[in-house]
Amino acid sequence: MVTRGFFSGRRPPSDIDARIPPGQYLEQGFPVLSAGPTPRVRTEDWSFTLKHGPRPVKKWNWAEFNALPQSKMTRDIHCVTAWTKFNTPWQGVLIDDIFADAGIEPPTAFTLALSFDGYSTNVPTKDLVTGKAMVALLYEGKPIPADHGGPARLLVPHLYFWKSAKWVNGLQFTERDEPGFWELRGYHMYGDPWREQRYSSDP
Amino acid sequence: MSAEPQPQSPWQTATISRVEKRTPRVTSFWFQPSRPFTHLAGQHVDVRLTAPDGYQARRSYSIASAPEAGAGVELAIERLDDGEVSPFFHDVAEVGDEIELRGPLGGHFIWEVSDGGPILLVGGGSGVVPLMAMVRHRASQKSAAPIALVLSARVWDEVIFRDELIGLDDRRDGFDLVLTLTREQARRPADYSRRVDAKMMAQAMERLPKAPRLAYVCGSNAFVSAAAEALIDAGVPSGLIRTERYGV
Repeated sequence: MVTRGFFSGRRPPSDIDARIPPGQYLEQGFPVLSAGPTPRVRTEDWSFTLKHGPRPVKKWNWAEFNALPQSKMTRDIHCVTAWTKFNTPWQGVLIDDIFADAGIEPPTAFTLALSFDGYSTNVPTKDLVTGKAMVALLYEGKPIPADHGGPARLLVPHLYFWKSAKWVNGLQFTERDEPGFWELRGYHMYGDPWREQRYSSDP
Repeated sequence: MSAEPQPQSPWQTATISRVEKRTPRVTSFWFQPSRPFTHLAGQHVDVRLTAPDGYQARRSYSIASAPEAGAGVELAIERLDDGEVSPFFHDVAEVGDEIELRGPLGGHFIWEVSDGGPILLVGGGSGVVPLMAMVRHRASQKSAAPIALVLSARVWDEVIFRDELIGLDDRRDGFDLVLTLTREQARRPADYSRRVDAKMMAQAMERLPKAPRLAYVCGSNAFVSAAAEALIDAGVPSGLIRTERYGV
Protein backbone atom coordinates (compact mmCIF):
# COMPACT_ATOMS: atom_id res chain seq x y z
CA MET A 1 0.00 0.00 0.00
CA VAL A 2 1.51 3.35 -1.06
CA THR A 3 1.39 5.92 1.73
CA ARG A 4 -0.10 9.25 0.67
CA GLY A 5 2.54 11.96 0.67
CA PHE A 6 5.55 9.76 1.47
CA PHE A 7 8.17 10.32 -1.22
CA SER A 8 11.55 11.15 0.10
CA GLY A 9 12.77 8.89 2.81
CA ARG A 10 16.37 7.93 3.37
CA ARG A 11 16.50 5.85 0.21
CA PRO A 12 19.91 4.22 -0.02
CA PRO A 13 22.02 4.82 -3.16
CA SER A 14 21.59 1.98 -5.66
CA ASP A 15 25.20 0.77 -5.27
CA ILE A 16 24.69 -0.14 -1.62
CA ASP A 17 20.98 -1.00 -1.82
CA ALA A 18 21.76 -4.71 -2.23
CA ARG A 19 23.52 -4.78 1.14
CA ILE A 20 20.50 -3.49 3.08
CA PRO A 21 17.92 -6.16 4.01
CA PRO A 22 14.21 -5.40 3.54
CA GLY A 23 12.76 -2.91 6.03
CA GLN A 24 16.18 -1.77 7.27
CA TYR A 25 17.84 1.65 7.04
CA LEU A 26 21.53 2.53 7.08
CA GLU A 27 22.81 3.82 10.41
CA GLN A 28 26.18 5.53 10.88
CA GLY A 29 26.14 5.49 14.70
CA PHE A 30 26.01 2.40 16.88
CA PRO A 31 22.74 2.42 18.85
CA VAL A 32 22.54 0.59 22.18
CA LEU A 33 19.58 -1.65 23.05
CA SER A 34 19.11 -3.99 25.98
CA ALA A 35 16.40 -5.37 28.25
CA GLY A 36 18.00 -4.16 31.47
CA PRO A 37 20.90 -2.25 33.00
CA THR A 38 24.41 -2.70 31.64
CA PRO A 39 26.27 -5.22 33.83
CA ARG A 40 29.84 -4.29 34.70
CA VAL A 41 31.76 -7.52 34.28
CA ARG A 42 35.41 -7.34 35.37
CA THR A 43 37.79 -9.47 33.33
CA GLU A 44 39.15 -11.00 36.57
CA ASP A 45 35.63 -12.28 37.29
CA TRP A 46 34.97 -13.29 33.69
CA SER A 47 34.68 -16.88 32.55
CA PHE A 48 33.26 -18.75 29.60
CA THR A 49 31.70 -22.21 29.93
CA LEU A 50 30.84 -24.67 27.17
CA LYS A 51 28.02 -26.98 28.28
CA HIS A 52 26.21 -30.01 26.89
CA GLY A 53 22.82 -29.66 28.53
CA PRO A 54 23.54 -29.02 32.21
CA ARG A 55 26.97 -30.70 32.05
CA PRO A 56 30.04 -28.42 31.71
CA VAL A 57 32.41 -29.54 28.96
CA LYS A 58 35.13 -26.93 29.46
CA LYS A 59 35.57 -23.60 31.22
CA TRP A 60 38.07 -20.81 30.38
CA ASN A 61 39.07 -17.77 32.41
CA TRP A 62 39.85 -14.46 30.71
CA ALA A 63 43.56 -15.18 30.20
CA GLU A 64 42.95 -18.71 28.94
CA PHE A 65 40.25 -17.52 26.55
CA ASN A 66 42.41 -14.71 25.20
CA ALA A 67 45.18 -17.25 24.52
CA LEU A 68 42.95 -19.10 22.03
CA PRO A 69 43.57 -18.41 18.31
CA GLN A 70 42.07 -15.04 17.41
CA SER A 71 40.43 -14.10 14.13
CA LYS A 72 39.16 -10.87 12.61
CA MET A 73 35.75 -10.38 11.02
CA THR A 74 34.40 -7.23 9.38
CA ARG A 75 30.68 -7.55 8.77
CA ASP A 76 27.45 -5.66 8.17
CA ILE A 77 25.12 -6.00 11.18
CA HIS A 78 21.33 -5.77 11.23
CA CYS A 79 19.26 -4.88 14.31
CA VAL A 80 15.60 -5.92 14.48
CA THR A 81 14.74 -2.29 15.38
CA ALA A 82 15.51 -1.61 11.70
CA TRP A 83 19.02 -0.15 11.63
CA THR A 84 21.80 -1.69 9.58
CA LYS A 85 25.44 -0.76 10.11
CA PHE A 86 28.11 -1.53 7.52
CA ASN A 87 31.65 -2.82 8.00
CA THR A 88 31.79 -3.33 11.76
CA PRO A 89 35.29 -4.65 12.59
CA TRP A 90 35.56 -7.30 15.31
CA GLN A 91 38.30 -9.55 16.64
CA GLY A 92 37.82 -12.61 18.80
CA VAL A 93 37.71 -16.37 18.94
CA LEU A 94 35.80 -18.30 16.27
CA ILE A 95 33.28 -20.73 17.71
CA ASP A 96 35.08 -23.41 15.65
CA ASP A 97 38.26 -22.69 17.64
CA ILE A 98 36.36 -22.86 20.96
CA PHE A 99 34.97 -26.28 20.05
CA ALA A 100 38.43 -27.42 18.85
CA ASP A 101 40.08 -26.33 22.11
CA ALA A 102 37.43 -28.24 24.04
CA GLY A 103 38.07 -31.27 21.80
CA ILE A 104 34.39 -31.60 20.99
CA GLU A 105 32.36 -32.14 17.85
CA PRO A 106 29.01 -30.39 18.27
CA PRO A 107 26.79 -33.10 19.80
CA THR A 108 23.42 -31.45 19.03
CA ALA A 109 21.91 -29.25 16.31
CA PHE A 110 20.89 -26.48 18.71
CA THR A 111 22.76 -24.08 20.96
CA LEU A 112 21.76 -21.51 23.57
CA ALA A 113 24.07 -18.55 24.15
CA LEU A 114 24.09 -17.53 27.82
CA SER A 115 25.02 -14.18 29.37
CA PHE A 116 26.11 -12.76 32.72
CA ASP A 117 22.82 -10.86 33.13
CA GLY A 118 20.66 -13.94 32.65
CA TYR A 119 19.97 -13.21 28.97
CA SER A 120 19.90 -16.10 26.57
CA THR A 121 19.29 -16.58 22.86
CA ASN A 122 19.06 -19.66 20.67
CA VAL A 123 21.09 -20.21 17.52
CA PRO A 124 21.23 -23.42 15.46
CA THR A 125 24.68 -24.96 15.90
CA LYS A 126 25.29 -24.90 12.14
CA ASP A 127 25.00 -21.09 12.23
CA LEU A 128 27.86 -20.88 14.73
CA VAL A 129 30.44 -23.03 12.93
CA THR A 130 32.48 -22.93 9.68
CA GLY A 131 33.69 -19.41 10.39
CA LYS A 132 30.21 -17.89 10.66
CA ALA A 133 30.39 -16.71 14.29
CA MET A 134 32.79 -15.77 17.07
CA VAL A 135 33.02 -14.63 20.65
CA ALA A 136 34.26 -11.09 20.01
CA LEU A 137 36.79 -9.51 22.37
CA LEU A 138 37.69 -6.34 20.43
CA TYR A 139 35.69 -3.80 18.43
CA GLU A 140 37.63 -1.45 16.16
CA GLY A 141 40.78 -2.87 17.72
CA LYS A 142 39.82 -1.89 21.28
CA PRO A 143 38.11 -3.65 24.19
CA ILE A 144 34.34 -3.75 23.58
CA PRO A 145 32.58 -1.05 25.67
CA ALA A 146 30.24 -2.46 28.34
CA ASP A 147 27.21 -0.87 26.62
CA HIS A 148 28.03 -2.89 23.53
CA GLY A 149 28.45 -6.15 25.41
CA GLY A 150 32.05 -6.08 26.68
CA PRO A 151 34.20 -7.72 27.88
CA ALA A 152 32.97 -10.32 25.36
CA ARG A 153 29.92 -10.69 23.14
CA LEU A 154 28.73 -13.30 20.71
CA LEU A 155 28.87 -12.22 17.07
CA VAL A 156 26.52 -13.99 14.64
CA PRO A 157 26.36 -11.24 12.02
CA HIS A 158 24.16 -13.04 9.49
CA LEU A 159 21.24 -13.10 11.94
CA TYR A 160 19.42 -10.14 13.55
CA PHE A 161 21.71 -8.66 16.15
CA TRP A 162 19.76 -9.73 19.26
CA LYS A 163 21.21 -13.18 18.51
CA SER A 164 24.69 -11.71 19.08
CA ALA A 165 24.33 -11.94 22.87
CA LYS A 166 26.05 -9.22 24.90
CA TRP A 167 28.08 -10.10 28.02
CA VAL A 168 28.21 -13.71 26.83
CA ASN A 169 29.55 -16.24 29.34
CA GLY A 170 28.74 -19.55 27.75
CA LEU A 171 27.30 -21.76 25.06
CA GLN A 172 25.03 -24.66 25.86
CA PHE A 173 24.20 -27.49 23.45
CA THR A 174 20.51 -28.37 23.70
CA GLU A 175 18.61 -31.38 22.39
CA ARG A 176 15.76 -29.21 21.09
CA ASP A 177 15.55 -25.67 19.73
CA GLU A 178 14.86 -23.89 23.03
CA PRO A 179 13.70 -20.27 22.87
CA GLY A 180 15.84 -17.67 24.66
CA PHE A 181 14.91 -14.38 26.32
CA TRP A 182 13.45 -12.45 23.36
CA GLU A 183 12.28 -15.59 21.59
CA LEU A 184 10.01 -16.24 24.59
CA ARG A 185 8.75 -12.67 24.22
CA GLY A 186 7.49 -12.70 20.67
CA TYR A 187 10.66 -12.58 18.60
CA HIS A 188 11.57 -15.05 15.87
CA MET A 189 13.28 -18.37 16.65
CA TYR A 190 15.79 -17.97 13.79
CA GLY A 191 15.92 -14.27 12.82
CA ASP A 192 17.19 -14.11 9.23
CA PRO A 193 17.21 -10.40 8.27
CA TRP A 194 17.03 -11.23 4.54
CA ARG A 195 13.73 -13.05 5.15
CA GLU A 196 12.59 -10.36 7.64
CA GLN A 197 12.11 -12.90 10.42
CA ARG A 198 11.54 -10.30 13.13
CA TYR A 199 8.61 -11.67 15.13
CA SER A 200 7.36 -15.16 15.88
CA SER A 201 4.46 -14.74 13.42
CA ASP A 202 6.87 -14.13 10.52
CA PRO A 203 7.32 -17.16 8.22
CA MET B 1 -0.06 -33.14 2.61
CA SER B 2 -2.91 -30.67 2.70
CA ALA B 3 -2.49 -27.17 1.36
CA GLU B 4 -1.56 -24.75 4.11
CA PRO B 5 -3.86 -21.76 4.43
CA GLN B 6 -2.19 -18.53 3.35
CA PRO B 7 -1.13 -16.82 6.56
CA GLN B 8 -2.75 -13.44 7.11
CA SER B 9 -0.28 -10.60 6.71
CA PRO B 10 0.80 -9.26 10.09
CA TRP B 11 0.46 -5.76 8.62
CA GLN B 12 -2.88 -4.03 8.59
CA THR B 13 -4.28 -0.69 7.56
CA ALA B 14 -5.15 1.81 10.27
CA THR B 15 -6.88 5.15 9.75
CA ILE B 16 -5.74 8.27 11.55
CA SER B 17 -8.79 9.48 13.46
CA ARG B 18 -7.38 12.36 15.50
CA VAL B 19 -4.25 14.50 15.73
CA GLU B 20 -3.31 16.60 18.76
CA LYS B 21 -0.16 18.60 19.41
CA ARG B 22 1.24 17.73 22.85
CA THR B 23 4.39 19.83 23.06
CA PRO B 24 6.35 21.90 20.51
CA ARG B 25 8.06 18.72 19.27
CA VAL B 26 5.58 15.95 20.10
CA THR B 27 2.23 15.27 18.46
CA SER B 28 -0.22 12.48 19.27
CA PHE B 29 -1.85 10.52 16.48
CA TRP B 30 -4.79 8.19 17.09
CA PHE B 31 -5.09 5.16 14.80
CA GLN B 32 -8.19 3.04 14.16
CA PRO B 33 -6.91 -0.39 13.09
CA SER B 34 -9.00 -2.22 10.49
CA ARG B 35 -8.53 -5.33 12.67
CA PRO B 36 -8.89 -4.02 16.23
CA PHE B 37 -6.63 -5.48 18.90
CA THR B 38 -6.09 -5.21 22.63
CA HIS B 39 -2.56 -4.34 23.67
CA LEU B 40 -0.80 -4.50 27.02
CA ALA B 41 0.43 -1.31 28.66
CA GLY B 42 4.03 -0.77 27.54
CA GLN B 43 3.78 -2.52 24.17
CA HIS B 44 4.61 -0.93 20.84
CA VAL B 45 3.51 -1.13 17.22
CA ASP B 46 5.58 -1.02 14.07
CA VAL B 47 4.57 1.56 11.48
CA ARG B 48 5.44 1.17 7.80
CA LEU B 49 5.45 3.89 5.13
CA THR B 50 5.66 3.01 1.43
CA ALA B 51 6.81 5.37 -1.34
CA PRO B 52 5.39 5.10 -4.89
CA ASP B 53 8.56 3.30 -6.06
CA GLY B 54 8.12 0.63 -3.39
CA TYR B 55 10.72 1.98 -0.93
CA GLN B 56 9.60 1.32 2.63
CA ALA B 57 10.58 2.82 5.95
CA ARG B 58 9.45 1.28 9.22
CA ARG B 59 9.79 2.37 12.83
CA SER B 60 8.59 1.19 16.23
CA TYR B 61 6.45 3.50 18.36
CA SER B 62 5.26 2.84 21.88
CA ILE B 63 1.53 3.00 22.55
CA ALA B 64 0.50 5.81 24.90
CA SER B 65 -3.15 4.87 25.35
CA ALA B 66 -4.46 2.49 27.98
CA PRO B 67 -5.51 -0.95 26.72
CA GLU B 68 -9.10 -0.20 27.70
CA ALA B 69 -9.20 3.30 26.18
CA GLY B 70 -11.23 2.17 23.19
CA ALA B 71 -10.82 5.39 21.18
CA GLY B 72 -8.05 4.01 19.01
CA VAL B 73 -4.36 3.52 19.51
CA GLU B 74 -2.53 6.70 20.53
CA LEU B 75 1.08 7.12 19.41
CA ALA B 76 2.90 10.23 20.64
CA ILE B 77 5.53 10.89 17.99
CA GLU B 78 8.50 13.16 18.60
CA ARG B 79 9.79 15.08 15.61
CA LEU B 80 13.39 14.13 14.84
CA ASP B 81 14.69 16.67 12.37
CA ASP B 82 17.01 14.20 10.64
CA GLY B 83 14.43 11.41 10.77
CA GLU B 84 12.58 10.00 7.81
CA VAL B 85 9.37 8.78 9.45
CA SER B 86 8.64 11.31 12.21
CA PRO B 87 8.85 14.36 9.86
CA PHE B 88 6.29 12.62 7.63
CA PHE B 89 3.88 12.38 10.54
CA HIS B 90 4.46 15.96 11.64
CA ASP B 91 4.41 17.58 8.19
CA VAL B 92 2.20 15.39 6.02
CA ALA B 93 -0.06 12.97 7.90
CA GLU B 94 -3.61 14.09 8.67
CA VAL B 95 -6.94 12.74 9.83
CA GLY B 96 -8.30 10.21 7.34
CA ASP B 97 -4.92 9.00 6.12
CA GLU B 98 -4.35 5.27 6.02
CA ILE B 99 -1.10 3.96 7.49
CA GLU B 100 0.14 0.37 7.71
CA LEU B 101 0.87 -0.89 11.18
CA ARG B 102 1.66 -4.15 12.85
CA GLY B 103 1.24 -5.18 16.44
CA PRO B 104 0.88 -5.05 19.31
CA LEU B 105 4.49 -6.12 19.91
CA GLY B 106 6.78 -6.64 22.86
CA GLY B 107 6.56 -8.95 25.85
CA HIS B 108 9.05 -7.56 28.34
CA PHE B 109 8.48 -3.85 28.95
CA ILE B 110 4.85 -4.34 30.00
CA TRP B 111 2.79 -3.93 33.17
CA GLU B 112 -0.73 -5.03 34.01
CA VAL B 113 -2.66 -4.14 37.16
CA SER B 114 -2.75 -7.84 37.97
CA ASP B 115 1.07 -7.69 38.23
CA GLY B 116 0.57 -5.41 41.24
CA GLY B 117 2.89 -2.84 42.79
CA PRO B 118 4.68 -0.92 44.07
CA ILE B 119 6.20 0.11 40.76
CA LEU B 120 8.77 2.77 40.01
CA LEU B 121 8.66 4.34 36.55
CA VAL B 122 11.47 6.54 35.26
CA GLY B 123 11.08 8.36 31.95
CA GLY B 124 13.21 10.80 30.00
CA GLY B 125 11.49 13.03 27.41
CA SER B 126 9.40 10.95 25.01
CA GLY B 127 10.39 7.91 27.08
CA VAL B 128 7.25 8.69 29.07
CA VAL B 129 5.05 7.21 26.33
CA PRO B 130 4.96 3.49 27.33
CA LEU B 131 4.95 4.54 31.01
CA MET B 132 1.90 6.72 30.30
CA ALA B 133 0.05 3.65 29.04
CA MET B 134 0.82 1.96 32.39
CA VAL B 135 -0.32 4.99 34.41
CA ARG B 136 -3.52 5.31 32.37
CA HIS B 137 -4.15 1.56 32.67
CA ARG B 138 -3.84 1.84 36.45
CA ALA B 139 -6.25 4.78 36.51
CA SER B 140 -8.88 3.25 34.25
CA GLN B 141 -8.81 -0.02 36.21
CA LYS B 142 -9.06 1.97 39.48
CA SER B 143 -6.08 -0.04 40.68
CA ALA B 144 -4.62 0.73 44.11
CA ALA B 145 -1.14 -0.43 43.06
CA PRO B 146 1.31 2.25 44.24
CA ILE B 147 3.20 3.81 41.35
CA ALA B 148 5.77 6.60 41.41
CA LEU B 149 6.73 8.20 38.09
CA VAL B 150 9.92 10.22 37.86
CA LEU B 151 9.78 12.16 34.61
CA SER B 152 12.69 14.17 33.28
CA ALA B 153 12.30 16.85 30.63
CA ARG B 154 14.36 19.80 29.54
CA VAL B 155 11.70 22.43 30.26
CA TRP B 156 8.16 22.64 31.66
CA ASP B 157 6.58 23.05 28.22
CA GLU B 158 8.22 19.87 26.95
CA VAL B 159 6.66 17.64 29.62
CA ILE B 160 4.47 15.36 27.51
CA PHE B 161 1.02 14.63 29.06
CA ARG B 162 1.86 17.19 31.77
CA ASP B 163 -1.63 18.38 32.70
CA GLU B 164 -3.10 14.87 32.63
CA LEU B 165 -0.29 13.55 34.85
CA ILE B 166 -0.67 16.41 37.34
CA GLY B 167 -4.41 15.73 37.41
CA LEU B 168 -3.77 12.06 38.25
CA ASP B 169 -1.18 13.09 40.87
CA ASP B 170 -3.74 15.41 42.49
CA ARG B 171 -6.07 12.47 43.17
CA ARG B 172 -3.62 11.27 45.86
CA ASP B 173 -4.75 7.68 45.24
CA GLY B 174 -1.34 6.03 45.23
CA PHE B 175 0.03 7.53 42.03
CA ASP B 176 2.87 9.98 42.60
CA LEU B 177 4.39 12.24 39.96
CA VAL B 178 7.87 13.67 40.34
CA LEU B 179 9.03 16.04 37.61
CA THR B 180 12.62 17.04 37.08
CA LEU B 181 13.59 19.77 34.66
CA THR B 182 17.15 19.88 33.40
CA ARG B 183 17.11 23.37 31.87
CA GLU B 184 14.56 25.25 33.97
CA GLN B 185 13.63 25.81 37.59
CA ALA B 186 11.14 23.40 39.12
CA ARG B 187 7.58 24.75 39.30
CA ARG B 188 6.05 22.44 41.93
CA PRO B 189 7.38 22.14 45.48
CA ALA B 190 8.35 18.47 45.29
CA ASP B 191 9.96 18.69 41.87
CA TYR B 192 13.64 18.89 40.93
CA SER B 193 15.81 20.94 38.61
CA ARG B 194 18.60 18.56 37.71
CA ARG B 195 19.43 15.32 35.93
CA VAL B 196 18.27 12.08 37.56
CA ASP B 197 20.61 10.72 40.24
CA ALA B 198 20.67 8.12 43.02
CA LYS B 199 19.41 10.55 45.67
CA MET B 200 16.41 11.43 43.53
CA MET B 201 15.67 7.73 43.00
CA ALA B 202 15.95 7.04 46.73
CA GLN B 203 13.55 9.90 47.51
CA ALA B 204 11.11 8.69 44.86
CA MET B 205 11.14 5.24 46.48
CA GLU B 206 10.31 6.81 49.85
CA ARG B 207 7.00 7.81 48.27
CA LEU B 208 6.17 4.12 47.85
CA PRO B 209 4.93 2.08 50.84
CA LYS B 210 7.72 -0.44 50.30
CA ALA B 211 10.51 -1.25 47.88
CA PRO B 212 9.35 -1.49 44.25
CA ARG B 213 8.78 -4.96 42.86
CA LEU B 214 9.85 -3.69 39.44
CA ALA B 215 11.31 -0.53 37.92
CA TYR B 216 10.78 0.51 34.30
CA VAL B 217 13.14 2.96 32.65
CA CYS B 218 12.57 4.43 29.19
CA GLY B 219 14.26 7.21 27.24
CA SER B 220 17.35 7.89 25.16
CA ASN B 221 20.29 5.56 25.60
CA ALA B 222 22.23 8.11 27.65
CA PHE B 223 19.20 8.73 29.89
CA VAL B 224 18.48 5.04 30.42
CA SER B 225 22.12 4.28 31.26
CA ALA B 226 22.24 7.12 33.80
CA ALA B 227 18.84 6.32 35.34
CA ALA B 228 19.56 2.58 35.60
CA GLU B 229 22.89 3.31 37.32
CA ALA B 230 21.09 5.70 39.69
CA LEU B 231 18.52 3.03 40.54
CA ILE B 232 21.24 0.45 41.24
CA ASP B 233 23.10 2.98 43.42
CA ALA B 234 19.83 3.62 45.26
CA GLY B 235 19.61 -0.09 46.06
CA VAL B 236 17.31 -1.51 43.38
CA PRO B 237 18.57 -4.96 42.30
CA SER B 238 19.54 -4.88 38.62
CA GLY B 239 17.33 -7.90 37.94
CA LEU B 240 14.24 -5.82 38.83
CA ILE B 241 15.04 -3.05 36.34
CA ARG B 242 13.53 -3.23 32.87
CA THR B 243 14.79 -0.85 30.24
CA GLU B 244 13.66 0.40 26.87
CA ARG B 245 16.01 2.61 24.88
CA TYR B 246 15.02 4.94 22.06
CA GLY B 247 17.41 5.40 19.18
CA VAL B 248 21.04 6.29 19.58
